[in-house]
Amino acid sequence: MARIAGVDIPDHKRGEIGLTSIYGIGRSSARSILSKAGIDINKKVGEWTDDESNHIRSIISEEFKVEGVLKSEVQLSIKRLLDIGCYRGLRHRKGLPVRGQKTKNNARTRKGRRKTVANKKKATK
Amino acid sequence: MARSLKKGPYIDYRLEKKVDTMNESNKKSVIKTWSRRSMISPDFVGHTFAVHNGNKFIPVYVTENMVGHKLGEFAPTRNFRGHISKKDKGKR
Repeated sequence: MARIAGVDIPDHKRGEIGLTSIYGIGRSSARSILSKAGIDINKKVGEWTDDESNHIRSIISEEFKVEGVLKSEVQLSIKRLLDIGCYRGLRHRKGLPVRGQKTKNNARTRKGRRKTVANKKKATK
Repeated sequence: MARSLKKGPYIDYRLEKKVDTMNESNKKSVIKTWSRRSMISPDFVGHTFAVHNGNKFIPVYVTENMVGHKLGEFAPTRNFRGHISKKDKGKR
């Protein structure tokens, strides 16, 4: 089990996919890390030698913001929006979509589970 | 789509002129403006703007954090008071 940036990387997955279990690393940055380290992207995580995983570790710590640092940065920028009282901040405060999406239907990721209003009458025809 | 960098930030010409004269004379008074689309430039910091929201003017005190946002972002145009509850329904 390789442990990188405080996260366990699943052994049975390909390197490209395995690295994405780190917060802040997606497919494309996983690829660029592996190509920089000179490791085949199809090589399973379990087959990495200690040297290789150390190499990956050093690349990530030097060039990428991951996990806690990245999470706190995101929180800080949201807090800035809340503090200055701009439109985006208000939307964050209310837990509604921030980027101008419609809220008549859907928008469930932001609004959470449906809250049914009791006895809502059907439109009479 | 974001605005082209080549053009620089958009600031209403007249508004910019007003701020400049205020900065030169070191005066501070509320600037009434309809130009919600103007970007807040670093020169605006410390001034108060009365930004129109379609109905009335909302006072906005510009701080350093607000630079790069538009004036309109700080003057909401909609006022959602919540849905009518069952009790209130009869009264209306």
